Amino acid sequence: MDEPIVKTIGLKKYFRAGKSGLLNRIFRQEPPLVKAVDNVSIEVQSGEVLGLVGESGCGKTTLGRLISTLETPTDGEIFFTGQKVTRGNWKAIRRQLQMVFQNPYESLDPRQSIKSIVTEPLLKLGFSKAEREAQFEKVMSAVGLDQNFAQRRPKDLSGGQRQRVAVARSIVSTPKFIVLDEPTSALDASVQSQVLNLLVGLRNDFNFSYIVITHNIAVARFISDRIATMYAGQVVELGPTDMVLKDPKHPYTQALLKSVPTLEIKRVEPPHGEVPSLINLPSGCRFHTRCPYVMEKCKTQDPEMRKVGDVNVACWLY
Amino acid sequence: MEVSDPDAIVNVEGLSITYRTVYGNLQALNTVDLKIKRGESVAIVGESGSGKSTLGLAIVKLLAPNAYYTKGRLLLDGRDITKLSNRQVSLLRGSTAFMIFQDPLNTLNPVKRVDVQMLEAIRSRLKQKGETFNEEAAYQEAIDKLKDVRMPDADSIIRRYPHQLSGGQIQRVVIAMGLLMKPKLMIADEPTSALDVTVQAQVLDLMRELQQEFHMSIIFITHDINVAHSISDRMVVMYAGEVSEASPADVLVKKALHPYSQALIASIPTTSKKEGQLNAIAGSPPDMISPPKGCRFHPRCPFVMDICSRESPRTVTKDESDVRCYLYG
Ligand SMILES: Nc1ncnc2c1ncn2[C@@H]1O[C@H](COP(=O)(O)OP(=O)(O)OP(=O)(O)O)[C@@H](O)[C@H]1O
Ligand SMILES: Nc1ncnc2c1ncn2[C@@H]1O[C@H](COP(=O)(O)OP(=O)(O)OP(=O)(O)O)[C@@H](O)[C@H]1O
Ligand SMILES: [Mg+2]
Ligand SMILES: [Mg+2]
Repeated sequence: MDEPIVKTIGLKKYFRAGKSGLLNRIFRQEPPLVKAVDNVSIEVQSGEVLGLVGESGCGKTTLGRLISTLETPTDGEIFFTGQKVTRGNWKAIRRQLQMVFQNPYESLDPRQSIKSIVTEPLLKLGFSKAEREAQFEKVMSAVGLDQNFAQRRPKDLSGGQRQRVAVARSIVSTPKFIVLDEPTSALDASVQSQVLNLLVGLRNDFNFSYIVITHNIAVARFISDRIATMYAGQVVELGPTDMVLKDPKHPYTQALLKSVPTLEIKRVEPPHGEVPSLINLPSGCRFHTRCPYVMEKCKTQDPEMRKVGDVNVACWLY
Repeated sequence: MEVSDPDAIVNVEGLSITYRTVYGNLQALNTVDLKIKRGESVAIVGESGSGKSTLGLAIVKLLAPNAYYTKGRLLLDGRDITKLSNRQVSLLRGSTAFMIFQDPLNTLNPVKRVDVQMLEAIRSRLKQKGETFNEEAAYQEAIDKLKDVRMPDADSIIRRYPHQLSGGQIQRVVIAMGLLMKPKLMIADEPTSALDVTVQAQVLDLMRELQQEFHMSIIFITHDINVAHSISDRMVVMYAGEVSEASPADVLVKKALHPYSQALIASIPTTSKKEGQLNAIAGSPPDMISPPKGCRFHPRCPFVMDICSRESPRTVTKDESDVRCYLYG
C-alpha cells in the first residue's frame, strides 16, 4: 500500500491555561496544563475522507491545526506522505495542504477583496494573472457564489457566504489534502449539499484527501470513509463509517448518536454527568464518570485502543 | 404612542432593508412581516444569504452602517425602533432583547477576559433593574451559568481570553451571557453551530426552561431544520430577502407548502456518498443586487407558472400556514 498522506504517532498538545504570575513563580507553581490533544495516532490514506466527531472542546480543532503545521506538538510525530514533519521542512509541507477554519469570521482578512482572498494560494505558487482569474471563476461558481462577489469585502457577506469563500480558497490550488473544520456549519441544507457534492467530486476526480471535523452526524455519514470519535483529547473509536454509525461500540459514541435531533423526536436525552475537565482528567477511562456501563476497572485503568471486528475502540467492555 | 398588539414582543410589518454598496444597492429584506407573541419561540430557517441575520440585527437596531430601513414598521415591545434614537434603543438591548450574534466574537471582546465580560453583563442587568451589584455574588452567578451550559473547567475558562477557548466554548460563553440577562426576547443567530449534539440538547433545554419560567420569547435562527423544529412553536422560511412561508413547526416539517420550503427539506442529507450525490436545489442562488422579477424563487421553481415571473405574489393564508406563492391563490 502507498504511504498514507498523513500519519500521526502519539501526538500531544498541552496548553498552559493562563500566564504564570509572580506568585506562581515564587512558589514554583506552574499554571495548569490543558491536555487538548493527548496521545493521538491516526492515519489518512490518499483519497480517503476521515470524519472527526466528538464533544465540543475535546481537541478536534487543535488536532487539525497540529496536522496543518499551524501548531507545534508538545510531543509525538507527524508524517506527511511518509516524510517526517520537522522544523526544517514544515514550510514546504504547508504549501501542499490547506485548512478551512471553524470560524469564517476570523479567518478571512477583512481588508482584502474576496478575489484576492480566494486566489492568494495561487499567487504564492506563482500562477499568472489569467490563470488566477480562470480558477477564481471556476471555484466561486462551484460553491454557489456569483462573480459579483469578486470586489466585495468579508464584512459585506453573510455567515454562509464567508464560509463558502473559505472553502473556495482551500480548493483553488488543488492541494490534495485539506483539513476542513466545520466547513458547512453556516450553510442551509441545499447549499451544504452542493458543497459536499463538490468535495466528493474533487476526491473522485483528483484523489483529494480530507479530514472533516463536524458536529453534524449526517454530514459525517455522507462524506466520510472512516469516522473517528474523540473524547477529552483522545480518539476513543475509529472505524468504517457505516459500522461506527450502525453499531457504535464506545459508550460515548452511542450517547452522541442518541442525542442527534430528528424530525420524529423533538427532545433527546443527552448523557448525564459532568463534562470532563482537561486540566484534572478523570483517572482511568476518561468517560467513566458518565458511562452507564462503568466497571471498577474503568475507574483506575486507562483502556488502550483494541480491534473489535473492523473497528478500533478504547473501552474495557471489549 | 404606537398602536400595537400588546401580546406581541415583536411586530414587523412590510419591512424592507437595503445595504448601500459601491457595487449597487442590495435589497436584503423585501416587505417582511413577522409577529412574535410573548413567550413564543419562532425559528427562522432559509437560504444562506437570504437575510436572516439582517432581520435579527434590524430588530435590535445593530445593522451595519451601510444598511437603511427603507420601508415598513418594526415594533419591539410596543415601540417603533426605527424612530428611536440609538441611545433609546441601547436601553432596550440586554434586558428587553438580547442578541447572540452568528459570529460569537462579535459579542465578546477579544482582548478582555471572560470573567470581566460576564461581570459587565451582570452589572448592566442589575443597573437596568435598579438593583445593587455584589462582585462575589456576580462571580458565582457567572460560574453557575457556565456550568449550566455544560462548560468543563468553568473556574479556569472564566479566567481565559476568548482565543484560548474552543469554538463551542466561545459559543457557550455567549449563550451563558444571554441566559444571565433573562431578556424578554432572546434572538439567537446560529447559537449551536459549534456545539456537539449532546451539549446542544442541553442548551436547547435551558432555553425552553427560560421560555416557560420567564415567558421569554425566542427567535432562533438556524440552518438545522431538526433543531428549528425541536425548539420552536412556529417556523419561518426565508428566501432571497422574503418570508416564503410561516407555519406551526409541526405543520412545516410534515406539510410544507412553498416549493422552496419543500426543496429545502428534501435537501437534508440522509445518505452516504456511495449512494450518489445529495439533493441540492437546481439553479443558482439569486443575485440580490438585481433579484429576479416576480417571485424571487421562480427561476428555480419546479412548479413555475406564467404569472410567477411577472408579479410578486402576496402572502396568503392556507389552513394554518402563511405562504407567499401563486399555487395557493
Ligand atoms: N490557546 C489555548 N490556551 C489554553 N487552552 C486552549 C487553547 N486553545 C484551546 N484550548 C483548550 O483546548 C481544548 C481543545 O480545544 P479545541 O479547540 O481543539 O476543541 P474542539 O474539539 O475543536 O472543540 P469545538 O467543537 O468546541 O470547536 C479546549 O478545552 C480549549 O479550551
Ligand atoms: N454590510 C453589508 N453590506 C452589503 N451587503 C451585505 C452586508 N451584510 C450582508 N449583506 C448581504 O445581504 C444579504 C443578507 O445577508 P444576511 O447576513 O442577513 O444573510 P443570512 O440569511 O443571515 O445568511 P447566512 O445563513 O449565510 O448567515 C446577503 O446577500 C449578504 O451578502
Ligand atoms: Mg473546534
Ligand atoms: Mg446569517
